[in-house]
Formats: sequence, C-alpha cells, structure tokens
Amino acid sequence: MFRLSKNIIPLLSKADPRVLDAMLPYFVGQHGNPHSRTHAYGWESESAVEKAREQVAQLIGADPKEIIFTSGATESNNISEHKCVLDSCRALEGEGFKITYLPVGPNGIINLKELEESLTPETSLVSIMTVNNEIAIGKMPIDVNKMNIDLMSISGHKVYGPKGVGALYIRRRPRVRVEPIQSGGGQERGMRSGTVPTPLVVGLGAACDIAEREMPYDHAWMETLSQRFLDKIYSKLSHVIRNGESLLMALKDIALSSGSACTSASLEPSYVLRAIGTDEDLAHSSIRYGFGRFTTIEETDYTAEKTIRHVERLREMSPLWEMVQEGVDIKTIKWSQH
Amino acid sequence: MASSPTKMQILTIYKTLLRESQNFTNYNFRSYALRRIRDAFKENKTLSDPKQIKKEYLYAKENLAIIRRQVAVGDMYQTEKLVIENMR
Repeated sequence: MFRLSKNIIPLLSKADPRVLDAMLPYFVGQHGNPHSRTHAYGWESESAVEKAREQVAQLIGADPKEIIFTSGATESNNISEHKCVLDSCRALEGEGFKITYLPVGPNGIINLKELEESLTPETSLVSIMTVNNEIAIGKMPIDVNKMNIDLMSISGHKVYGPKGVGALYIRRRPRVRVEPIQSGGGQERGMRSGTVPTPLVVGLGAACDIAEREMPYDHAWMETLSQRFLDKIYSKLSHVIRNGESLLMALKDIALSSGSACTSASLEPSYVLRAIGTDEDLAHSSIRYGFGRFTTIEETDYTAEKTIRHVERLREMSPLWEMVQEGVDIKTIKWSQH
Repeated sequence: MASSPTKMQILTIYKTLLRESQNFTNYNFRSYALRRIRDAFKENKTLSDPKQIKKEYLYAKENLAIIRRQVAVGDMYQTEKLVIENMR
C-alpha cells in the first residue's frame, strides 16, 4: 500500500527572482548599518528595514511594531517558547489570584486531558496562547487579530524568500511578554540583539509582499497540479490512500513527510502521521509530494509517471504485495525484531 | 507618462515581457514567468478604468526591468539542467 500526502507547501523552495532583485542593491551599494542613524547610508537601510517590517506585518494583518526580525523560524520559536507570560497574569497573581501554568508537550501543544484535570470549581478563566506554526503563511490568508494569534513565527525560505532570516509576531494588545534569548545591542526593541541583516530582511519583506499579491494565483496553480498528479496516480495504481489534507495542512511542514530526510535514516515513520492515527504500515509507506509556485506541469507528469513505474516494479517483487493480492491483511503480520 | 497607455504600448510590453522571459536560463523561473505574464494579461483583458490600466502597465514595466536584471544574474550563475530539460 502506499499513501499520498497532498501538500501544497514546497519543501525546499528557492528564492523568487523578484526577491533576489530586491535584495541585491543592499548587497552591492546600500551597505549602511541600519542602526547607525548618524550617516545617510544608515538612514537608507533603516527605511528599507522598516518597509520590510510593514510588508511582513501586512501579510498577517499585524501592526509593524509587532514584528521583530530573527534568523528564522527556529529562533522565533525559541524566543516565544523561552518565557512568554501575559502581563495580566502576573498582575493578577500579585492581586492574590491563583494561577496554574500548564506545560506544553514536545509538540508544543497543550495536553487537553491535563487541562481538564487542572480545572477546579474555582477556575474562572482559561488562557491558551496560540503559537501558530509558520507553514501557512503566504499560503493562505492569515489575520492575527481575527484568528486571535498572540505569537507567530515566520520563516524566510518558506515564502520563497532567503534562508537565514525570519520574523516573530508578538501581540501588543494585550501585550505578550517575551524575553530575549541573547544579549547585546538591544536591537529589535531589545527582544533580539544583533545587527539586523538588511539584505535578508529586505528579501523577507519582498517575499511577503509577493506572497500577498500572488496568493490566489499560486493557490490555484498548486491545486491544478496536485489534482493532475492525483488523477494520474489513481488511474494507474490501486491501494493508494491519501492523507487527510485539512489536518495535515495545519501541521508542521516537516511532519507532512514521512520518509523525509529527517526520518528516513532511522526508518522511523513520521510521528505526526502516527499521532493522527495512521497505522504503522501506512506511516512507513507514505510519500510526500510538494507543489510550489515554480513547479511545472512537465515536472508533475514526470513525477507521477516515475512514481507509477516504480511502485509497479516494487510491487512486482514484493512478497507483501503478493499477500495483499491474496487477501491477507498486512496489519496482522507479526514483524520480528532484528 | 501622463495619460493611460495605448493599445499598441500594451501589446508591445506584453510581447517584450514574453521575449525577455524566454531568456531565463533557469527552467522553473522561465516557465513561471511565461505562464504568469500570459495569465496576468488574460486576467486584465477586460479592464476599462484608465487609472487601473495605467497602474497595471507600470507594474508590467517594473517587472520587465526585474526580468532583464534577473536574466542577466541567472546567466552568470548557471546550474545543471534538470532531468526534464535533458529529456527534450
């Protein structure tokens, strides 16, 4: 058997040429330190950084003041997970209210059972902070206010921007407090010390700007390609199961791929596929395909044809496939440890 | 440009955009540019508001400059051809 994850988020997307075009002047000519306000070069790159901040904010419906630039989504996640406590919580504690803080699991999600158990008859308010993951940005409309998002990580290369840059959205009203993970010059409102890399930040801004403009067009294209791909696969192969896309869409990028670079070395199937109730055999036999802004019809057809050919070839020599044909449920097979 | 572009000007920039995009050495960028340009002009075919037409025309001009620069950059840093390109 074999399972398809339809997924419209490209794994490794290259930077859009329009993004590179926006960045290049800041590598070549405009090389001022954005924090030096005493000379004209500094002013130019400062206004470029502020324009990029607006572009990022615009894409997610935030205020530019709520955006800080980081080295990428990993750093953004670390800053937001480091210590984020609502000011009001502290204030309430000071007033004598009892506050229970619940930890999150390794996946960053609150354990609902734990939450239920910690509820007492005296509980009057439950506050859960949304740390939305970065995959959806640029792929679907996001509004931090409508969706009640407090913190959100943004990654440059997930929106066809440069690698090595990202942003963190931090809500100001009500204020979400985060603590910096590194000390230094106090840039980015003291939350992220270190010189802001103007070319990269400009690239991220341009990428967000393009993403906003191109979202419906990109989405329609990826839908066309994935539908074409699935039609081809279904017409030639039996026993193909497609993963629930709505759920997968909401999950982290990496989790969408079983047998990706991250898991295939250990032969350990994607923990997320398992977490969402996928049987081990299917989690092991999942393949993830990604379609992006720059994917072509030719590539889609080529990949579908290759997939079909190799699945047929492998099935031909697989004893398991033979058993499936004979009506054996492969879930009932006892696998010996080796 | 004070007034809105003429039909001729629009047709010219459309053709120039396509011609310049043909020069992208990168297969994916080339395919995308050609597809995006054709679809954008198709989509805006029915525009009648001169302001809107002018805005789109300026956007096209801006993009033509980007394409020219990025074609040049791409020429300087060529990568290996994809399987798909070698099949042809």
